[in-house]
Amino acid sequence: MATLGSAGVPLQSSVAPPASASLSAMRTPRHSLLVRVTHWIITLCFFALLITGSEIVISHPRFYWGETGNDLTPTLFRIPIPASRRLVPTGYGYTLPDQNGWSRALHFQAAWVAVLTGLLYGIYGLFSGHFRKNLLPRKPDFSWRGISADIGRHLRFARPTDADARSYNLLQRFTYLFVTFVLFPLVIWTGLAMSPAFTSAFPATVTWLGGRQSARTLHFFVSVALMLFVVVHVVMIFVVGFGRRMRAMITGRVSTPREDV
Amino acid sequence: MNKITRRKLIVSAFATAAGTTGLGVAARLAEKYRFVPPDHGGIYGPGETMTYAVQRLLTRHSMAREFPRSAISARPFPNEIEAPSETFKRLQAGKFVDWRLTVDGLVDRPDSFSLDQLRSYPSHSQITELACEEGWSYIAEWNGVRLSHVLNTVGAHPQARYVVYFSMEPDTWESIDMADALHPQTFLTYAMNRDDLPVAHGGPLRLRVPRQLGYKNVKFITHLTVTDSMKRFGKGKGGVNPEFGYAWYAGV
Repeated sequence: MATLGSAGVPLQSSVAPPASASLSAMRTPRHSLLVRVTHWIITLCFFALLITGSEIVISHPRFYWGETGNDLTPTLFRIPIPASRRLVPTGYGYTLPDQNGWSRALHFQAAWVAVLTGLLYGIYGLFSGHFRKNLLPRKPDFSWRGISADIGRHLRFARPTDADARSYNLLQRFTYLFVTFVLFPLVIWTGLAMSPAFTSAFPATVTWLGGRQSARTLHFFVSVALMLFVVVHVVMIFVVGFGRRMRAMITGRVSTPREDV
Repeated sequence: MNKITRRKLIVSAFATAAGTTGLGVAARLAEKYRFVPPDHGGIYGPGETMTYAVQRLLTRHSMAREFPRSAISARPFPNEIEAPSETFKRLQAGKFVDWRLTVDGLVDRPDSFSLDQLRSYPSHSQITELACEEGWSYIAEWNGVRLSHVLNTVGAHPQARYVVYFSMEPDTWESIDMADALHPQTFLTYAMNRDDLPVAHGGPLRLRVPRQLGYKNVKFITHLTVTDSMKRFGKGKGGVNPEFGYAWYAGV
Protein backbone atom coordinates (compact mmCIF):
# COMPACT_ATOMS: atom_id res chain seq x y z
CA MET A 1 0.00 0.00 0.00
CA ALA A 2 1.61 3.20 -1.09
CA THR A 3 1.28 6.35 0.88
CA LEU A 4 -1.47 8.86 1.32
CA GLY A 5 1.38 11.31 1.75
CA SER A 6 1.96 14.11 4.16
CA ALA A 7 4.86 16.03 5.45
CA GLY A 8 6.14 19.32 6.73
CA VAL A 9 7.47 19.93 10.17
CA PRO A 10 7.97 16.70 12.12
CA LEU A 11 5.79 16.52 15.18
CA GLN A 12 7.33 17.52 18.47
CA SER A 13 6.10 14.31 19.96
CA SER A 14 7.44 11.97 17.28
CA VAL A 15 10.83 10.56 17.97
CA ALA A 16 13.38 11.71 15.38
CA PRO A 17 15.47 8.71 14.33
CA PRO A 18 19.24 9.08 14.40
CA ALA A 19 21.04 9.35 11.06
CA SER A 20 22.35 5.79 11.17
CA ALA A 21 18.87 4.43 11.69
CA SER A 22 17.76 6.36 8.64
CA LEU A 23 20.50 4.72 6.57
CA SER A 24 19.63 1.21 7.69
CA ALA A 25 15.99 1.98 7.12
CA MET A 26 16.85 2.72 3.52
CA ARG A 27 18.21 -0.77 3.11
CA THR A 28 15.27 -2.52 4.71
CA PRO A 29 12.30 -2.59 2.36
CA ARG A 30 9.45 -0.15 2.98
CA HIS A 31 6.99 -2.89 2.10
CA SER A 32 7.67 -6.55 2.74
CA LEU A 33 7.45 -8.96 -0.17
CA LEU A 34 4.14 -10.36 1.05
CA VAL A 35 2.59 -6.91 1.39
CA ARG A 36 3.76 -6.00 -2.13
CA VAL A 37 2.49 -9.19 -3.76
CA THR A 38 -0.88 -9.15 -1.98
CA HIS A 39 -1.24 -5.42 -2.75
CA TRP A 40 -0.98 -5.98 -6.49
CA ILE A 41 -3.18 -9.07 -6.51
CA ILE A 42 -5.88 -7.14 -4.63
CA THR A 43 -5.41 -4.22 -7.06
CA LEU A 44 -6.08 -6.51 -10.03
CA CYS A 45 -9.09 -8.04 -8.27
CA PHE A 46 -10.43 -4.61 -7.35
CA PHE A 47 -10.53 -3.44 -10.95
CA ALA A 48 -12.04 -6.74 -12.12
CA LEU A 49 -14.71 -6.42 -9.42
CA LEU A 50 -15.34 -2.75 -10.19
CA ILE A 51 -15.80 -3.26 -13.93
CA THR A 52 -17.93 -6.39 -13.61
CA GLY A 53 -19.89 -4.94 -10.68
CA SER A 54 -20.76 -1.86 -12.73
CA GLU A 55 -21.78 -4.12 -15.60
CA ILE A 56 -24.11 -6.10 -13.32
CA VAL A 57 -25.65 -2.88 -11.97
CA ILE A 58 -26.42 -1.79 -15.54
CA SER A 59 -28.83 -4.73 -15.88
CA HIS A 60 -30.95 -3.20 -13.12
CA PRO A 61 -29.83 0.33 -12.15
CA ARG A 62 -32.56 0.62 -9.51
CA PHE A 63 -32.03 0.27 -5.77
CA TYR A 64 -34.43 -0.61 -2.97
CA TRP A 65 -34.54 -0.96 0.79
CA GLY A 66 -35.89 -4.00 2.62
CA GLU A 67 -36.39 -7.54 1.44
CA THR A 68 -37.85 -7.16 -2.04
CA GLY A 69 -37.94 -4.71 -4.92
CA ASN A 70 -38.49 -4.90 -8.67
CA ASP A 71 -39.66 -2.95 -11.71
CA LEU A 72 -43.18 -2.76 -10.27
CA THR A 73 -42.22 -1.34 -6.86
CA PRO A 74 -40.97 2.12 -5.83
CA THR A 75 -37.22 2.57 -5.62
CA LEU A 76 -34.98 3.99 -2.90
CA PHE A 77 -33.08 5.65 -5.73
CA ARG A 78 -32.11 4.87 -9.27
CA ILE A 79 -29.06 5.63 -11.36
CA PRO A 80 -30.16 7.65 -14.41
CA ILE A 81 -28.54 5.42 -17.03
CA PRO A 82 -29.96 3.09 -19.67
CA ALA A 83 -30.20 -0.58 -18.71
CA SER A 84 -29.05 -3.77 -20.42
CA ARG A 85 -32.51 -5.31 -19.99
CA ARG A 86 -35.51 -4.25 -22.03
CA LEU A 87 -38.17 -4.25 -19.30
CA VAL A 88 -36.40 -1.90 -16.86
CA PRO A 89 -38.19 1.48 -16.97
CA THR A 90 -35.20 3.78 -17.42
CA GLY A 91 -36.76 6.44 -19.62
CA TYR A 92 -34.29 5.64 -22.39
CA GLY A 93 -35.64 4.22 -25.62
CA TYR A 94 -32.84 1.70 -26.02
CA THR A 95 -31.04 -1.05 -24.12
CA LEU A 96 -27.33 -1.69 -23.71
CA PRO A 97 -25.75 -5.03 -24.63
CA ASP A 98 -26.11 -7.69 -21.93
CA GLN A 99 -22.71 -8.61 -20.45
CA ASN A 100 -23.90 -10.22 -17.23
CA GLY A 101 -22.77 -13.78 -18.00
CA TRP A 102 -19.02 -13.27 -18.01
CA SER A 103 -19.33 -10.30 -15.65
CA ARG A 104 -20.84 -12.45 -12.93
CA ALA A 105 -18.31 -15.25 -13.53
CA LEU A 106 -15.36 -12.86 -13.32
CA HIS A 107 -16.92 -11.01 -10.37
CA PHE A 108 -17.06 -14.18 -8.26
CA GLN A 109 -13.69 -15.47 -9.41
CA ALA A 110 -12.02 -12.15 -8.59
CA ALA A 111 -13.89 -12.12 -5.26
CA TRP A 112 -12.46 -15.54 -4.43
CA VAL A 113 -8.93 -14.43 -5.25
CA ALA A 114 -9.40 -11.19 -3.29
CA VAL A 115 -10.81 -12.98 -0.24
CA LEU A 116 -8.10 -15.65 -0.18
CA THR A 117 -5.39 -13.02 -0.71
CA GLY A 118 -6.96 -10.88 1.99
CA LEU A 119 -6.92 -13.84 4.38
CA LEU A 120 -3.24 -14.45 3.64
CA TYR A 121 -2.52 -10.76 4.23
CA GLY A 122 -4.55 -10.81 7.45
CA ILE A 123 -2.73 -13.83 8.85
CA TYR A 124 0.61 -12.35 7.88
CA GLY A 125 -0.28 -8.94 9.28
CA LEU A 126 -1.32 -10.45 12.58
CA PHE A 127 1.69 -12.69 13.09
CA SER A 128 4.47 -10.62 11.54
CA GLY A 129 3.58 -7.53 13.55
CA HIS A 130 2.73 -5.63 10.35
CA PHE A 131 -0.62 -4.48 11.75
CA ARG A 132 0.86 -3.55 15.13
CA LYS A 133 3.92 -1.79 13.76
CA ASN A 134 2.59 -0.21 10.57
CA LEU A 135 -1.18 0.15 10.89
CA LEU A 136 -2.01 0.78 14.55
CA PRO A 137 -1.38 4.48 15.27
CA ARG A 138 1.86 5.10 17.15
CA LYS A 139 1.25 6.10 20.73
CA PRO A 140 2.93 9.50 20.59
CA ASP A 141 0.92 10.50 17.48
CA PHE A 142 -2.37 9.29 18.84
CA SER A 143 -3.68 12.51 20.36
CA TRP A 144 -6.01 15.24 19.19
CA ARG A 145 -2.95 17.39 18.61
CA GLY A 146 -1.28 14.70 16.58
CA ILE A 147 -4.40 14.05 14.54
CA SER A 148 -5.11 17.72 13.85
CA ALA A 149 -1.46 18.34 12.96
CA ASP A 150 -1.56 15.46 10.47
CA ILE A 151 -4.82 16.68 8.97
CA GLY A 152 -3.24 20.12 8.64
CA ARG A 153 -0.23 18.74 6.78
CA HIS A 154 -2.52 16.82 4.42
CA LEU A 155 -4.63 19.92 3.75
CA ARG A 156 -1.52 21.97 2.95
CA PHE A 157 -0.25 19.16 0.68
CA ALA A 158 2.98 19.45 2.60
CA ARG A 159 5.98 17.54 1.25
CA PRO A 160 6.63 14.11 2.77
CA THR A 161 9.23 13.86 5.51
CA ASP A 162 11.94 11.24 5.93
CA ALA A 163 9.68 9.52 8.42
CA ASP A 164 6.94 9.27 5.78
CA ALA A 165 9.32 7.42 3.49
CA ARG A 166 9.84 4.77 6.13
CA SER A 167 6.33 4.22 7.41
CA TYR A 168 2.74 5.38 7.28
CA ASN A 169 1.52 8.61 8.83
CA LEU A 170 -1.46 8.82 11.12
CA LEU A 171 -4.20 9.46 8.54
CA GLN A 172 -2.83 6.68 6.37
CA ARG A 173 -2.97 4.31 9.31
CA PHE A 174 -6.60 5.23 10.05
CA THR A 175 -7.54 4.90 6.39
CA TYR A 176 -5.83 1.56 5.86
CA LEU A 177 -7.29 0.18 9.09
CA PHE A 178 -10.75 1.32 7.99
CA VAL A 179 -10.40 -0.19 4.50
CA THR A 180 -8.90 -3.46 5.76
CA PHE A 181 -11.10 -4.08 8.79
CA VAL A 182 -14.35 -2.27 7.95
CA LEU A 183 -14.89 -1.82 4.20
CA PHE A 184 -13.31 -5.08 3.05
CA PRO A 185 -15.30 -7.31 5.47
CA LEU A 186 -18.47 -5.29 4.80
CA VAL A 187 -18.26 -5.69 1.05
CA ILE A 188 -17.82 -9.46 1.46
CA TRP A 189 -20.67 -9.68 3.94
CA THR A 190 -23.13 -7.63 1.86
CA GLY A 191 -22.13 -9.66 -1.20
CA LEU A 192 -22.73 -12.99 0.51
CA ALA A 193 -26.06 -11.69 1.88
CA MET A 194 -27.32 -11.65 -1.72
CA SER A 195 -26.71 -15.37 -2.21
CA PRO A 196 -29.98 -17.29 -1.83
CA ALA A 197 -28.06 -20.46 -0.96
CA PHE A 198 -25.62 -18.88 1.51
CA THR A 199 -28.46 -17.10 3.31
CA SER A 200 -30.38 -20.37 3.52
CA ALA A 201 -27.59 -21.68 5.75
CA PHE A 202 -26.88 -18.35 7.49
CA PRO A 203 -30.12 -16.33 7.44
CA ALA A 204 -28.88 -13.80 10.01
CA THR A 205 -26.34 -12.51 7.49
CA VAL A 206 -29.19 -10.97 5.49
CA THR A 207 -31.85 -10.31 8.14
CA TRP A 208 -29.41 -8.20 10.18
CA LEU A 209 -28.95 -5.98 7.14
CA GLY A 210 -32.70 -5.50 6.74
CA GLY A 211 -33.25 -7.83 3.81
CA ARG A 212 -31.89 -8.83 0.46
CA GLN A 213 -32.47 -5.49 -1.27
CA SER A 214 -30.90 -3.61 1.65
CA ALA A 215 -27.87 -5.88 1.31
CA ARG A 216 -27.65 -5.08 -2.40
CA THR A 217 -27.93 -1.33 -1.77
CA LEU A 218 -25.30 -1.49 1.00
CA HIS A 219 -23.03 -3.56 -1.27
CA PHE A 220 -23.29 -0.73 -3.80
CA PHE A 221 -22.46 1.99 -1.25
CA VAL A 222 -19.53 0.09 0.25
CA SER A 223 -18.20 -0.45 -3.28
CA VAL A 224 -18.50 3.30 -3.92
CA ALA A 225 -16.59 3.95 -0.68
CA LEU A 226 -13.84 1.54 -1.79
CA MET A 227 -13.74 3.26 -5.16
CA LEU A 228 -13.36 6.68 -3.48
CA PHE A 229 -10.53 5.27 -1.37
CA VAL A 230 -8.73 4.06 -4.49
CA VAL A 231 -9.18 7.46 -6.19
CA VAL A 232 -7.73 9.34 -3.18
CA HIS A 233 -5.01 6.70 -2.80
CA VAL A 234 -3.88 7.13 -6.42
CA VAL A 235 -4.11 10.94 -6.27
CA MET A 236 -1.91 10.92 -3.16
CA ILE A 237 0.65 8.71 -4.89
CA PHE A 238 0.90 11.34 -7.61
CA VAL A 239 1.12 14.13 -5.02
CA VAL A 240 4.04 12.59 -3.13
CA GLY A 241 5.86 11.23 -6.16
CA PHE A 242 4.51 8.56 -8.45
CA GLY A 243 7.85 6.99 -9.40
CA ARG A 244 9.11 6.80 -5.85
CA ARG A 245 5.97 5.23 -4.44
CA MET A 246 5.54 2.80 -7.31
CA ARG A 247 9.15 1.73 -6.91
CA ALA A 248 8.59 1.17 -3.21
CA MET A 249 5.51 -0.97 -3.83
CA ILE A 250 7.12 -2.98 -6.65
CA THR A 251 10.71 -3.46 -5.48
CA GLY A 252 10.27 -2.56 -1.84
CA ARG A 253 13.20 -0.16 -2.12
CA VAL A 254 12.93 3.09 -0.23
CA SER A 255 14.43 6.36 -1.20
CA THR A 256 14.00 9.33 1.08
CA PRO A 257 12.40 12.41 -0.44
CA ARG A 258 15.71 14.22 -0.14
CA GLU A 259 17.34 11.85 -2.62
CA ASP A 260 14.80 12.66 -5.25
CA VAL A 261 14.70 16.40 -4.88
CA MET B 1 20.88 -10.59 0.59
CA ASN B 2 18.62 -13.60 0.17
CA LYS B 3 21.08 -16.43 0.65
CA ILE B 4 19.65 -19.85 0.01
CA THR B 5 20.29 -21.73 3.20
CA ARG B 6 19.83 -25.46 3.65
CA ARG B 7 16.97 -24.72 6.03
CA LYS B 8 15.21 -22.59 3.44
CA LEU B 9 15.75 -25.23 0.77
CA ILE B 10 14.30 -28.01 2.91
CA VAL B 11 11.36 -25.87 3.97
CA SER B 12 10.51 -24.87 0.39
CA ALA B 13 10.94 -28.46 -0.85
CA PHE B 14 8.50 -29.63 1.81
CA ALA B 15 6.12 -26.79 1.03
CA THR B 16 6.16 -27.58 -2.69
CA ALA B 17 5.65 -31.30 -2.07
CA ALA B 18 2.84 -30.61 0.37
CA GLY B 19 1.27 -28.12 -2.01
CA THR B 20 1.34 -30.50 -4.98
CA THR B 21 0.06 -33.42 -2.94
CA GLY B 22 -2.58 -31.15 -1.46
CA LEU B 23 -3.81 -30.11 -4.90
CA GLY B 24 -3.90 -33.73 -6.07
CA VAL B 25 -5.82 -34.81 -2.98
CA ALA B 26 -8.17 -31.83 -3.33
CA ALA B 27 -8.92 -32.76 -6.95
CA ARG B 28 -9.60 -36.40 -5.94
CA LEU B 29 -11.85 -35.39 -3.06
CA ALA B 30 -13.65 -32.86 -5.23
CA GLU B 31 -14.49 -35.57 -7.75
CA LYS B 32 -15.41 -38.10 -5.07
CA TYR B 33 -17.75 -35.78 -3.21
CA ARG B 34 -19.14 -34.33 -6.45
CA PHE B 35 -17.88 -30.82 -5.90
CA VAL B 36 -17.10 -30.23 -9.58
CA PRO B 37 -19.85 -28.47 -11.57
CA PRO B 38 -20.52 -29.32 -15.25
CA ASP B 39 -19.24 -25.87 -16.29
CA HIS B 40 -15.84 -26.31 -14.59
CA GLY B 41 -13.93 -25.69 -17.84
CA GLY B 42 -12.72 -22.39 -19.22
CA ILE B 43 -11.08 -19.41 -17.55
CA TYR B 44 -13.84 -18.95 -14.99
CA GLY B 45 -13.95 -22.68 -14.15
CA PRO B 46 -11.84 -22.35 -10.98
CA GLY B 47 -14.17 -19.70 -9.54
CA GLU B 48 -17.30 -21.68 -10.43
CA THR B 49 -15.81 -24.83 -8.90
CA MET B 50 -14.78 -23.03 -5.69
CA THR B 51 -18.23 -21.52 -5.30
CA TYR B 52 -20.06 -24.77 -5.99
CA ALA B 53 -17.78 -26.86 -3.74
CA VAL B 54 -18.05 -24.46 -0.80
CA GLN B 55 -21.80 -24.10 -1.24
CA ARG B 56 -22.20 -27.88 -1.23
CA LEU B 57 -20.13 -28.10 1.95
CA LEU B 58 -22.14 -25.40 3.70
CA THR B 59 -25.63 -25.60 2.22
CA ARG B 60 -26.42 -29.16 1.21
CA HIS B 61 -29.41 -29.46 3.57
CA SER B 62 -30.15 -25.86 4.54
CA MET B 63 -33.62 -24.46 3.93
CA ALA B 64 -34.33 -21.33 1.90
CA ARG B 65 -35.71 -18.53 4.05
CA GLU B 66 -39.49 -18.62 4.39
CA PHE B 67 -41.55 -15.51 5.05
CA PRO B 68 -44.86 -14.72 6.72
CA ARG B 69 -47.89 -14.34 4.48
CA SER B 70 -47.79 -10.58 5.13
CA ALA B 71 -44.45 -10.38 3.32
CA ILE B 72 -45.89 -11.61 0.01
CA SER B 73 -45.23 -9.00 -2.70
CA ALA B 74 -48.37 -7.24 -3.91
CA ARG B 75 -47.01 -7.06 -7.43
CA PRO B 76 -44.63 -9.90 -8.31
CA PHE B 77 -42.70 -8.98 -11.43
CA PRO B 78 -43.02 -11.54 -14.21
CA ASN B 79 -39.90 -11.44 -16.33
CA GLU B 80 -40.02 -11.47 -20.10
CA ILE B 81 -41.28 -14.64 -21.80
CA GLU B 82 -41.23 -15.50 -25.46
CA ALA B 83 -44.45 -15.21 -27.45
CA PRO B 84 -46.39 -18.44 -26.85
CA SER B 85 -46.21 -21.01 -29.63
CA GLU B 86 -49.28 -22.36 -31.46
CA THR B 87 -48.96 -25.61 -29.50
CA PHE B 88 -48.96 -23.67 -26.23
CA LYS B 89 -51.99 -21.63 -27.28
CA ARG B 90 -53.85 -24.81 -28.17
CA LEU B 91 -53.03 -26.36 -24.79
CA GLN B 92 -54.01 -23.14 -23.04
CA ALA B 93 -57.36 -23.09 -24.87
CA GLY B 94 -57.96 -26.59 -23.50
CA LYS B 95 -57.16 -25.40 -19.96
CA PHE B 96 -53.94 -27.44 -20.09
CA VAL B 97 -55.85 -30.72 -19.73
CA ASP B 98 -53.53 -32.18 -22.37
CA TRP B 99 -50.34 -30.80 -20.77
CA ARG B 100 -47.93 -33.63 -20.06
CA LEU B 101 -44.78 -33.87 -18.05
CA THR B 102 -42.64 -36.73 -19.31
CA VAL B 103 -39.95 -38.17 -17.05
CA ASP B 104 -37.23 -40.44 -18.40
CA GLY B 105 -33.52 -41.23 -18.20
CA LEU B 106 -32.06 -43.18 -15.29
CA VAL B 107 -35.42 -44.23 -13.87
CA ASP B 108 -37.13 -47.61 -13.39
CA ARG B 109 -40.51 -46.51 -14.72
CA PRO B 110 -40.39 -43.73 -17.31
CA ASP B 111 -43.78 -42.06 -17.33
CA SER B 112 -45.72 -38.98 -18.24
CA PHE B 113 -48.01 -37.07 -15.92
CA SER B 114 -51.00 -34.82 -16.43
CA LEU B 115 -51.45 -31.75 -14.25
CA ASP B 116 -54.33 -33.47 -12.45
CA GLN B 117 -52.05 -36.37 -11.61
CA LEU B 118 -49.42 -33.99 -10.25
CA ARG B 119 -52.10 -32.17 -8.23
CA SER B 120 -53.23 -35.49 -6.76
CA TYR B 121 -49.81 -35.98 -5.16
CA PRO B 122 -49.08 -34.50 -1.71
CA SER B 123 -49.19 -30.74 -2.17
CA HIS B 124 -46.72 -28.51 -0.36
CA SER B 125 -46.48 -24.78 -0.03
CA GLN B 126 -43.65 -22.32 0.47
CA ILE B 127 -43.50 -18.55 0.86
CA THR B 128 -40.09 -17.77 -0.52
CA GLU B 129 -38.24 -15.09 -2.41
CA LEU B 130 -37.51 -15.30 -6.09
CA ALA B 131 -34.32 -13.35 -6.83
CA CYS B 132 -33.18 -12.56 -10.35
CA GLU B 133 -29.48 -12.40 -11.21
CA GLU B 134 -30.18 -8.83 -12.41
CA GLY B 135 -30.80 -7.80 -8.81
CA TRP B 136 -34.55 -7.54 -8.33
CA SER B 137 -36.72 -9.89 -6.28
CA TYR B 138 -40.20 -10.61 -4.98
CA ILE B 139 -41.84 -12.90 -2.43
CA ALA B 140 -44.70 -15.21 -3.34
CA GLU B 141 -46.43 -18.32 -2.11
CA TRP B 142 -45.98 -21.35 -4.31
CA ASN B 143 -47.86 -24.62 -4.22
CA GLY B 144 -46.72 -27.78 -5.89
CA VAL B 145 -45.48 -31.30 -5.64
CA ARG B 146 -41.97 -31.94 -4.43
CA LEU B 147 -39.66 -32.93 -7.25
CA SER B 148 -38.38 -35.69 -4.95
CA HIS B 149 -41.88 -37.19 -4.88
CA VAL B 150 -42.00 -37.43 -8.67
CA LEU B 151 -38.47 -38.85 -8.74
CA ASN B 152 -39.46 -41.50 -6.19
CA THR B 153 -42.59 -42.31 -8.17
CA VAL B 154 -40.58 -43.10 -11.30
CA GLY B 155 -37.79 -44.78 -9.32
CA ALA B 156 -34.73 -42.64 -10.01
CA HIS B 157 -31.55 -44.71 -9.94
CA PRO B 158 -29.06 -44.23 -7.11
CA GLN B 159 -26.26 -43.32 -9.53
CA ALA B 160 -28.28 -40.33 -10.74
CA ARG B 161 -26.32 -37.08 -10.44
CA TYR B 162 -28.48 -34.50 -12.18
CA VAL B 163 -32.05 -33.80 -13.12
CA VAL B 164 -32.29 -32.04 -16.47
CA TYR B 165 -35.48 -30.07 -17.07
CA PHE B 166 -36.84 -28.80 -20.35
CA SER B 167 -39.28 -26.00 -21.07
CA MET B 168 -41.87 -25.74 -23.79
CA GLU B 169 -40.03 -22.57 -24.83
CA PRO B 170 -37.60 -23.71 -27.52
CA ASP B 171 -33.98 -24.29 -26.43
CA THR B 172 -34.77 -23.56 -22.81
CA TRP B 173 -33.44 -26.13 -20.40
CA GLU B 174 -31.44 -26.31 -17.20
CA SER B 175 -30.27 -28.91 -14.70
CA ILE B 176 -29.68 -29.24 -10.97
CA ASP B 177 -27.70 -31.70 -8.90
CA MET B 178 -29.40 -34.28 -6.68
CA ALA B 179 -28.83 -32.15 -3.56
CA ASP B 180 -31.19 -29.56 -5.01
CA ALA B 181 -33.41 -32.07 -6.87
CA LEU B 182 -34.17 -34.00 -3.66
CA HIS B 183 -34.36 -30.85 -1.51
CA PRO B 184 -37.76 -30.53 0.23
CA GLN B 185 -38.29 -26.99 -1.16
CA THR B 186 -37.70 -27.94 -4.78
CA PHE B 187 -41.19 -28.07 -6.30
CA LEU B 188 -42.87 -28.68 -9.57
CA THR B 189 -45.16 -25.76 -8.88
CA TYR B 190 -48.64 -25.30 -10.37
CA ALA B 191 -50.06 -22.60 -8.09
CA MET B 192 -48.91 -19.15 -7.04
CA ASN B 193 -50.47 -17.02 -4.33
CA ARG B 194 -53.31 -19.57 -4.00
CA ASP B 195 -54.31 -19.35 -7.62
CA ASP B 196 -53.35 -21.23 -10.77
CA LEU B 197 -49.79 -20.38 -11.74
CA PRO B 198 -50.18 -17.50 -14.25
CA VAL B 199 -48.71 -18.05 -17.70
CA ALA B 200 -46.44 -15.00 -17.23
CA HIS B 201 -44.93 -16.78 -14.22
CA GLY B 202 -44.47 -20.06 -16.07
CA GLY B 203 -47.91 -21.63 -15.79
CA PRO B 204 -49.08 -24.28 -15.91
CA LEU B 205 -45.88 -25.83 -14.51
CA ARG B 206 -42.66 -24.24 -13.28
CA LEU B 207 -39.66 -25.72 -11.51
CA ARG B 208 -39.19 -23.85 -8.24
CA VAL B 209 -35.70 -24.13 -6.74
CA PRO B 210 -35.65 -21.32 -4.17
CA ARG B 211 -32.00 -21.65 -3.18
CA GLN B 212 -30.97 -20.68 -6.70
CA LEU B 213 -31.54 -17.55 -8.78
CA GLY B 214 -34.48 -16.94 -11.07
CA TYR B 215 -32.96 -18.33 -14.23
CA LYS B 216 -32.78 -21.83 -12.73
CA ASN B 217 -36.54 -21.62 -12.03
CA VAL B 218 -37.49 -22.58 -15.57
CA LYS B 219 -41.04 -21.91 -16.79
CA PHE B 220 -43.39 -24.21 -18.79
CA ILE B 221 -41.80 -27.52 -17.75
CA THR B 222 -42.72 -30.43 -20.03
CA HIS B 223 -39.87 -32.90 -19.65
CA LEU B 224 -37.47 -34.18 -16.98
CA THR B 225 -34.48 -36.42 -17.60
CA VAL B 226 -32.47 -38.06 -14.85
CA THR B 227 -28.82 -38.57 -15.75
CA ASP B 228 -25.39 -39.32 -14.33
CA SER B 229 -23.55 -37.10 -16.79
CA MET B 230 -24.23 -33.76 -18.44
CA LYS B 231 -21.97 -34.59 -21.40
CA ARG B 232 -24.82 -35.75 -23.62
CA PHE B 233 -26.80 -32.54 -23.18
CA GLY B 234 -26.05 -29.56 -25.42
CA LYS B 235 -22.46 -28.44 -24.92
CA GLY B 236 -22.22 -30.42 -21.70
CA LYS B 237 -22.28 -27.36 -19.48
CA GLY B 238 -25.49 -28.32 -17.73
CA GLY B 239 -27.93 -25.83 -19.20
CA VAL B 240 -28.69 -23.28 -21.81
CA ASN B 241 -27.68 -20.39 -19.54
CA PRO B 242 -24.15 -21.76 -18.99
CA GLU B 243 -23.79 -21.86 -22.77
CA PHE B 244 -24.28 -18.09 -22.70
CA GLY B 245 -21.68 -17.67 -19.97
CA TYR B 246 -23.96 -17.81 -16.92
CA ALA B 247 -23.00 -20.01 -13.99
CA TRP B 248 -24.59 -23.46 -13.90
CA TYR B 249 -24.71 -23.25 -10.12
CA ALA B 250 -26.78 -20.15 -9.42
CA GLY B 251 -26.95 -20.20 -5.65
CA VAL B 252 -25.05 -16.92 -5.56
